[in-house]
Amino acid sequence: MAIDTHPSLPEFEYIRPATLSEASEFLANHATEARPFLGGTDVFVRMRDGALAPRFLVDVKHLDGTGDLHFDPRSGLIIGAAVNMNRVIASPDVQAHYPLLAQACRTVASYQLRTRATIVGNLCNASPAGDTIGACLAFDAHLHIHGVSGPREEPLSSFFLGPGRTVLKPGDIVTAIQFPLPPAGCTGVYLKLGRNRLSDLSIVGVTALGGPDAACPSGYRFRLALASVAPVPFVPAAAEAYLAGNALSTETIHQAACLAAEACTPIDDVRGGARYRKQMVRNLSERALLTIWKTLAAQPAA
Amino acid sequence: MVVHSIEVTVNGEPRQIAIPPSMTLLRLLRESLALTGTKNGCAAGECGACTVLLNGEPVNSCMVLAVECDGAQIVTVEGLAQDSRLDPVQQAIIDAGGVQCGFCTPGILISSRALLDRNPEPSEEDIREALVGNLCRCTGYLRIIEAVRLAAQTY
Ligand SMILES: Cc1cc2nc3c(=O)[nH]c(=O)nc-3n(C[C@H](O)[C@H](O)[C@H](O)COP(=O)(O)OP(=O)(O)OC[C@H]3O[C@@H](n4cnc5c(N)ncnc54)[C@H](O)[C@@H]3O)c2cc1C
Ligand code: FES
Ligand code: FES
Repeated sequence: MAIDTHPSLPEFEYIRPATLSEASEFLANHATEARPFLGGTDVFVRMRDGALAPRFLVDVKHLDGTGDLHFDPRSGLIIGAAVNMNRVIASPDVQAHYPLLAQACRTVASYQLRTRATIVGNLCNASPAGDTIGACLAFDAHLHIHGVSGPREEPLSSFFLGPGRTVLKPGDIVTAIQFPLPPAGCTGVYLKLGRNRLSDLSIVGVTALGGPDAACPSGYRFRLALASVAPVPFVPAAAEAYLAGNALSTETIHQAACLAAEACTPIDDVRGGARYRKQMVRNLSERALLTIWKTLAAQPAA
Repeated sequence: MVVHSIEVTVNGEPRQIAIPPSMTLLRLLRESLALTGTKNGCAAGECGACTVLLNGEPVNSCMVLAVECDGAQIVTVEGLAQDSRLDPVQQAIIDAGGVQCGFCTPGILISSRALLDRNPEPSEEDIREALVGNLCRCTGYLRIIEAVRLAAQTY
């Protein structure tokens, strides 16, 4: 049997709407047949594999606001849907205020793929392994969405429903992601365990962000997000609460890391076993939290 | 099926071409324009053999639709040399012995060229990171990395 190792894309129609309203309307009117795309790095692969066969691909890269990347010292950062990851990484504002986000983007695939891949595409794809999802959750981002009844905003925390599934309805187009100002004095780290050091999908991904917070009994507030160990990346709330409520020590951090591991529901797959993944979540969470604690301790008190 | 007419500048030469929407930039270059220097290794964004410059930035041409390139500037490996003078990355990969079967070489050259355009003095780590998306089954990479370092010195 001949195996076609270089399958072509199946046939489809390319739609380039002039306005957001036109795009939403088209997508809503062809709910089962049309799909929006940005970089196409997920969509094209799935079409080639035969997992997706849309009749219409709707290019949304040129629509209003999707190309903006803008930081405002009062309201935070807004990244348009069409802004590719290399642009995010190179942005001085991202480097200065959200270095964790740049770090997460740098772990995605390769430079040439990131010329196309977007953060919004990574979020809408809702893969358990999405590398930028954790940083977006940790910074409490929310999404700007344009639907058939106009624009609205939704928090990222309630955006994911399951692998490949989000709250988006036919006609909905994510136009941008917005990040509030980062917590004062915070520092973050993304630890991605892949089969090689760069460029592979994660076996486990641990995002951690921490900073001083007088409102927490421990004096610090930490955010954690875990990838590739549940149907979608998620925040282990019990571990975060433990870190907020107990004086920081190596023991507190160890306990929190164990709570993070307990919250996971990983699967066995080609990239790693479930038991291994849980242990790696514990180890990497502990490592990430210790790294942040050390960095915070070295900073002059606010 | 709808056919789109696009205008695209390839290696400095403006072209007007009619294409189906499902045609990738890679197929446009290889099959419509007979620019077969750009290779098809995986057609899935993994190997980098199809890397070209799209408006100055490297992309996997197998992951870009030709119809998206209307109005764009494309540079392929065939466009690197100027008036029969090799680009410094081309000369360097010869001098360093960084070519064996040569299948990965066009993509490596484009990625390296793009790296030096944005960072004329890359560290070894920068070079390795820039070439993460370019797989080579022959050389073991060391001479390729050496070639990029050499090219940086002659830039
Ligand atoms: C070789 C290769 C390596 C990869 N490595 C990684 C990796 O290391 N880490 C990682 O996280 N991912 C990886 N990916 C997956 C992919 O590159 C990322 O998920 C990327 O961020 C997707 O962005 P995109 O703009 O290309 O999305 P697209 O493919 O354009 O879209 C993704 C999904 O979102 C939907 N969508 C797109 N735009 C919108 C919108 N505006 N509103 C609503 N829905 C929308 C699409 O219909 C689709 O379902 C890899 C992919 C490839 C091919
Ligand atoms: S052929 Fe495009 S990345 Fe392999
Ligand atoms: S020289 Fe053969 S693949 Fe690189």
